[in-house]
Amino acid sequence: MTIGRREFLAGTAILVLSTMKSRATIISGELPWAPNAGTPPIPVRPGPWHYFTSDEGRAVEALADRIIPPDPQTPGGKDSGSAVFIDRQLAGPYGRSEGHYNQPPFMPGTRQQGSQSEKGPAAVYREALAALDRYCQSTYQGKRFADLSDQQKDELLKNIEDEKTKLEGIDGKSFFALVIKDVQTGFFADPIYGGNVDMVAWKMIGYPGARYNYLDWVDRHNERFPLPPVSLMGRADWSPKP
Amino acid sequence: MPQKLPRKDVVIIGLGWTGSILAHELTDEGLDVIAIERGPWRDAPTEFPPNYVQDELRYRIRHELFLRPEQNTFTFRNKMNQTALPIRDWGSFMPPNGVGGGGVHWNAETFRFLPSDFVLKTHLTERYGAAFLPEDMTIQDFGVTYDDLEPHYDAFEYLCGTSGTAGNLRGQIQEGGNPFEGPRSRPYPTPAQKQPFSHTLFAKAARELGYKPFPQPSGNLSQAYTNPLGVRMGPCTYCGFCEWFGCGNYSKASPQTTILPLLVRKSNFAARDNSEVLHINVDRSGKRATGVTFVDTGGVEWEQPADLVILSAYTLFNVQMLLNSKIGTPYDAVANKGVIGRNFTHQTISTVNGFFDNKKFNFNPFIASGSIGMCIDEFNGDNFDHGPHGFVGGGYMGQVQTNGRPIQSTSVPPGTPKWGAAWKSAARDNYLSTVRPGTGVHGSFYSYRDVYLDLDPTYKDRFGRPLMRMTIDFHDNELKQNAFLTDKFAEIIHAMGAHTLDKQYRKGPYDSTDYQTTHLNGGAIMGTDPSTSAINRYLQSWDVPNLFVMGASAFPQNAGYNPTGPVAALAFWAAAAIRGQYLKNPGPLVHA
Repeated sequence: MTIGRREFLAGTAILVLSTMKSRATIISGELPWAPNAGTPPIPVRPGPWHYFTSDEGRAVEALADRIIPPDPQTPGGKDSGSAVFIDRQLAGPYGRSEGHYNQPPFMPGTRQQGSQSEKGPAAVYREALAALDRYCQSTYQGKRFADLSDQQKDELLKNIEDEKTKLEGIDGKSFFALVIKDVQTGFFADPIYGGNVDMVAWKMIGYPGARYNYLDWVDRHNERFPLPPVSLMGRADWSPKP
Repeated sequence: MPQKLPRKDVVIIGLGWTGSILAHELTDEGLDVIAIERGPWRDAPTEFPPNYVQDELRYRIRHELFLRPEQNTFTFRNKMNQTALPIRDWGSFMPPNGVGGGGVHWNAETFRFLPSDFVLKTHLTERYGAAFLPEDMTIQDFGVTYDDLEPHYDAFEYLCGTSGTAGNLRGQIQEGGNPFEGPRSRPYPTPAQKQPFSHTLFAKAARELGYKPFPQPSGNLSQAYTNPLGVRMGPCTYCGFCEWFGCGNYSKASPQTTILPLLVRKSNFAARDNSEVLHINVDRSGKRATGVTFVDTGGVEWEQPADLVILSAYTLFNVQMLLNSKIGTPYDAVANKGVIGRNFTHQTISTVNGFFDNKKFNFNPFIASGSIGMCIDEFNGDNFDHGPHGFVGGGYMGQVQTNGRPIQSTSVPPGTPKWGAAWKSAARDNYLSTVRPGTGVHGSFYSYRDVYLDLDPTYKDRFGRPLMRMTIDFHDNELKQNAFLTDKFAEIIHAMGAHTLDKQYRKGPYDSTDYQTTHLNGGAIMGTDPSTSAINRYLQSWDVPNLFVMGASAFPQNAGYNPTGPVAALAFWAAAAIRGQYLKNPGPLVHA
């Protein structure tokens, strides 16, 4: 088949933008290799929100603490960093659905056909968090979601989950499912991404983290693995105390 | 106009398992070979070294090593009367990208199909009668037999160093292996991997129920191995970051760890990465391929002339390439005519999670490998009498849990809320004491008239080519099969001592968002009749004899096993036919 010049040029522009980091090469004679060619992950730094406004950040911290409430042994979603994790993810490729097929037409489909939304998660959070606060302010005497009591928050979230409460202009049930998924993902992901601070989630469940060799343990059946978790950044006690 | 490159003897489209095998075989024959690969070169030190590959978010959740749907995706619908919509983010399968292809991120489960799987239509018709099969089922024989392929299975297993326990050595059933497998000419090159606690417990329970459990054949090696090409691999360390990930240890069989180090040093081989073939070119007669046209990442279009074209992309891209190149007659489901796109299949996967008393059971689920596991084969293929059950097909089942990566492996008993304090304490209390097999029931998916591939009328890729459209749904036969197998599997998990079972049956409609496996098959199937197959028994195009099409696109239907073993055996089989027959007398190897 032949490709029209206009179509081809349009295609090429997308291609060049999306694959800037890799260039076509000819491989011959020896295995390609360059020193320090790896692409290690970039650690999330603490600090101000990258994507959220302060109201959005407060709302997501409050949501994270209801999805994963603090208990005496393990901090909740807020103190373990899930909101920071989500903020940094939304500011990055995930927030923009980068790499997804984003060509029109966008038509509604069946559940089995998957999301056909034009909006990425960043835009979804922005709209839905505003709708959530609007609902709370009109229902609870001007209070935003973050300012409700824990009991009020849980009741409201349960009603959104069960579609007994509708939020204006958005699909509240899908949004809450997205937040649950993102909060729990941040809780269990490597701490390098901003959640699971001090590997609290891994300590809670007994997961030893970013280790790479269990040869000595594979046939030690029904024994608790004794070593503490380690992250891609190592562990706090590896650094000498000042 | 594309820039024309100097002619080569052979051009290979896609440098994954089959492309690497064909490149190795044909360069050994003295031919000048170029491989053109859409994705980048991939190797462990650059992309998945052991100091940061153990990153579930990056590699599993965000799909680091896979094709991006913006590069190429598919439209999907269940039924012919629906409008297909694009798969905007991957779900039920994960197309590979880059040198090594799926061989980089597979689990390395290295099965052989049963002898009866290759002659399925004949076998089932003889045993049960033609009326036993659903009317719209379009299963066929492969046109090649287990005995034809045995030496080539063997070649692949010795290339990979596959770890396993033989169940049938030259007709003698072996203790501890799979008694249902076809006869093998020699044992596996390396012994089976060690099995963690829950996998061992499954085998014990299965044995007590009268089954014959066997270790899953594994391309994650139990010990160091030097293959016949002189390439060396290290022992698997049971890190639990295998499928979706590349191996940082050189312990998982892949083109990178078995073939490429030797292949790249041959003076008659070259590869171009980040270069996507747009179409195969054919001459005016339509009966001879003249080479390919590809575009590199700079947007430059090139023409690579060649005498022989090997199409060795992922299943779906093979079919798409044929359709876009107008080679072969596209399948028309309404008229039930044509071949390119017919007999498209996937897999029928389900699982049962078992929850155990955490005071008595500690499974350390993070200690595992991609193809670890203890399996049984009593309910695979036609290993049992289907007469009373009213369906055909089956699958292996087993505790094949590959990891305890916590984002996806933190299971809670059925009925637990999805969030809140109850969820949190259930996650804490069950992580170490849950058996979570993943692809525990690995069922077949037979072919049907209304499950097929064609070009989408609406959506286009970034080059303006139509996306390929998938029309696929589960039929009653597969759903019945799955209910039967899942119940049998649940009995074993229960016998292991689970106090609570979470039976996750496969239910229709087929859901493009729910991961099953990446074992998509068919669409350019092999066979003995050009009116119902795209390629002959040597994987040679009926229409264009200097084109050979590798991969699972050749399967007329899918069996209850992982496909890479048969895919690689077919590649070696085709390579032998090219070397032994085709090159002496280029032309059709089978006259229809």
